[in-house]
Amino acid sequence: MAAFLEVSGLKAFYGQTQALYDVAFSLEQGGITTLLGANGAGKTTTLRAICNMVRTEGRVAFDNQVITGRATESIVRLGVAHVPEGRGTFTTLTVEENLRIAAYTRGRSAEVKRDLDAVFEYFPRLQERIQQQAGTLSGGEQQMLAISRALMLRPRLMLLDEPSFGLAPLIVQEIFRILRRINTESKVSMLLVEQNAALALDLADHAYVLETGRVVMAGPSAVVKNDENIRKSYLGY
Amino acid sequence: MEQLIQQIASGLANGAIYACVALALVMIFVSTDHINFAQGEMAMFSTYISWQLIQWGLDYWVAFFLAVAISFVAGVLIERIVLRPLHNAPLLSIVVVFIGLLAICNSVAGTVWSYLIKEYPTPFPKDVFGMSGLIGAHQLGVVIVTLVVLTLLYVFFRYTPLGLAMRAAAQNPVSARLAGVRVDWMLALGWGLAAAVGAVAGMMVAHIVYLDPNMMAGILLYAFAGALLGGISNPGGAVLGGFIVGVLENLVAYLGNAIEKGLGVYIIGNGEKLTVALIIVITVLTLKPSGLFGRVVVKRV
Amino acid sequence: MSTANPADAATASAAAVPASPAALGADRRWVWIVVAIAALLPLLQFVMPNVISDYRLFLMSTMMIAAIAVLGLNLLTGFNGQISLGHGAFYAVGAYTAAILMDKLDLPYWTLLPIVAAVCFVVGFLFGLPALRLEGHYLALATFALALAVPQMLKYKWLEGLTGGVQGIVLLKPEAPFGLPLSEDQWLYYYCLIVTVLLFWGAWNMLRGRSGRAMMAIRDHHMAADTMGIDTARYKTVTFGISAAYTGIAGALSASAIAFVAPDSFGFFLSISLLIGLVVGGVASLPGSIIGGIFTVLVQNSAQALSNFVKNDIGLPYDLSPYSVYGILLLVLMYVMPTGIAGGVVLAWRRLRR
Repeated sequence: MAAFLEVSGLKAFYGQTQALYDVAFSLEQGGITTLLGANGAGKTTTLRAICNMVRTEGRVAFDNQVITGRATESIVRLGVAHVPEGRGTFTTLTVEENLRIAAYTRGRSAEVKRDLDAVFEYFPRLQERIQQQAGTLSGGEQQMLAISRALMLRPRLMLLDEPSFGLAPLIVQEIFRILRRINTESKVSMLLVEQNAALALDLADHAYVLETGRVVMAGPSAVVKNDENIRKSYLGY
Repeated sequence: MEQLIQQIASGLANGAIYACVALALVMIFVSTDHINFAQGEMAMFSTYISWQLIQWGLDYWVAFFLAVAISFVAGVLIERIVLRPLHNAPLLSIVVVFIGLLAICNSVAGTVWSYLIKEYPTPFPKDVFGMSGLIGAHQLGVVIVTLVVLTLLYVFFRYTPLGLAMRAAAQNPVSARLAGVRVDWMLALGWGLAAAVGAVAGMMVAHIVYLDPNMMAGILLYAFAGALLGGISNPGGAVLGGFIVGVLENLVAYLGNAIEKGLGVYIIGNGEKLTVALIIVITVLTLKPSGLFGRVVVKRV
Repeated sequence: MSTANPADAATASAAAVPASPAALGADRRWVWIVVAIAALLPLLQFVMPNVISDYRLFLMSTMMIAAIAVLGLNLLTGFNGQISLGHGAFYAVGAYTAAILMDKLDLPYWTLLPIVAAVCFVVGFLFGLPALRLEGHYLALATFALALAVPQMLKYKWLEGLTGGVQGIVLLKPEAPFGLPLSEDQWLYYYCLIVTVLLFWGAWNMLRGRSGRAMMAIRDHHMAADTMGIDTARYKTVTFGISAAYTGIAGALSASAIAFVAPDSFGFFLSISLLIGLVVGGVASLPGSIIGGIFTVLVQNSAQALSNFVKNDIGLPYDLSPYSVYGILLLVLMYVMPTGIAGGVVLAWRRLRR
């Protein structure tokens, strides 16, 4: 059986500039995989390429369907939820509206209400702010909102782009705890991009290390974590 | 005094029309950052369609709703066919395409229906609801129809999932895509709605200014003035701005008239309508580009 | 058709065409040949009076006038990136300034152009000041409003004494000086030719120098130009003034040529004509301005023939106005030839040579 997400020969371009060269990796259903690497290694680009947000060549298969070349919103509707870098908050809409957008094809049904409740179970703090303009939330709350919006899509795979970015360590810990819960309770597989390698390796079961648009190292998190050489040369701690 | 009130009342009626067109402009602006110079001519064209339907023997309201529906579809098609391919084109190309659309609507209407001025019917009863001629029946009808349209749009955008998706697509297209919203179709829908609202404005104003291919030029200019005054990124502000310039327009004419009567000096009158609009446009743009109620957008470099 | 294509082509050529002086003024030898042919053309009238008729000479004069007006718009929109949809206004100011000076002060026509240029420069410069605060769409919007309001302003009651109100002003056609044996139309032709050559030469000189580079730098990247120490505000307002002066001179020439000015000939349609001249000929191209000028006159003059053709030969029951031709062309051009005829020719030439 093929893997849940299978990426092979993935190339990506920004204008004339090539950012990814034959990236290949795979991800098992139910697992958490992390992409590590320095700035500019192509981690964010890889996530974007999976959702066809940049010019892409190569093959991406999700749940045995080739999704290369499909429109971003179609890929999203298949169950791939992308939590973008910078969180992508709709700043002038309320928290509730931010969440409901992701469920707009399902209308205002009771089902959506149930999904909302499920989300609030993970993030009770958002429920308190439900009618607040999303732009007035704190950074951590906006990150929670972004993850929640992804959850409202009822995803099977979540692509997380630096969820720890710019947040206080305590908040980061809280968010990572919840991500773990989402993974086990809601059975959402995750592909996590992180600068904070130690944190990511704790959460993930598999890790790939990228350097200048290529995969240079792969293995179970525990192995990568304990390999002095990898840590020193690629992860910088 | 009574004359003044009368002027204000009829200014509100004009303002209702400007508000509709201004709203149409804003709907396209917030989602695409484009100013649709052809909005007025599209509305004029819709009005001709309804006129033609009435000529063929349809009831006024049937023709009205049919024309609105046709305009909606036409708006969607124009976005999909004409504007979509120019998505990343330079500004000049897009402006030129709008001017081209304007010219085509105008000349096709003139070709098919001639440039002769036509009377356009009103669906509202003649008697004046016992309001002692303060406001004409048609004018009152215009205000009511406009308010209904605006309310419907408000409810649509505020309370329906589709309206929410359209707002999201306008505000942050990338995030909207990631939330599964078909952004391209939302833009096309916005165009359709704008065309439909414009059509309503055209059909309401045609009874007052008479139907001819150039009837919307001045109205479009006042709609611009209204939209800018209220803030071209703010639908509510644009509607309010439309009403304000409508009243302002009549007050200026009233004041000019009073000065001419009292002092015997002509300063300003109906002949300067477009100039007044131009002055409003330039004043607002230079002094307060975000309008009275608009948000100041900080540009990233 | 690839969706990004027109966009790429337009930006690419807008950046590439004016970069080299050769593309700016074509090959210099060719320019002299064209000017020489143009100068000799009226002499052929003695040989072939039917081919080079007075009317055709007059048409060519109006083409040159239109070319100057398009060049004026091109300086602002094409080379400096400030979109104007209301250049008809400056054309009107030029035409009316000339007409009023001739009508009220009896100034001879040949003294007018410097005065007109100065007046229009000031008007353009003043309009350029608020325009500094307007970017892209907003400037287009303000100038759009200007284009619509011009005829009304010309009819303003207080100005009636000067402008003749709705009636306009009737003028005399210029006569050949020094007792030269030239007909009115022949002299008009030479007069326009001299002015056209001078103005294009001036524009070419300006564009290939420091100020030209500054203008284009502002168009291509406003902020970068700013940080490189270019006084963007001054360049933009001065360009507005120069552009208005060029288009105003064209207006003054047209007042002399048609010997009549009236408010309704300076409506929105005029501004659209200039815009289509710009787009058809080629944005940011000097030869393109000439092509654009020729083109607008051709369309306006062949509209009747075209209309007859559509009615009689194709059998459609429609009157085709120049307006509809303009509209369709504006749309089609943006897709197939976003760089205008001049740009299209340059591109085709490059491809052939490869």
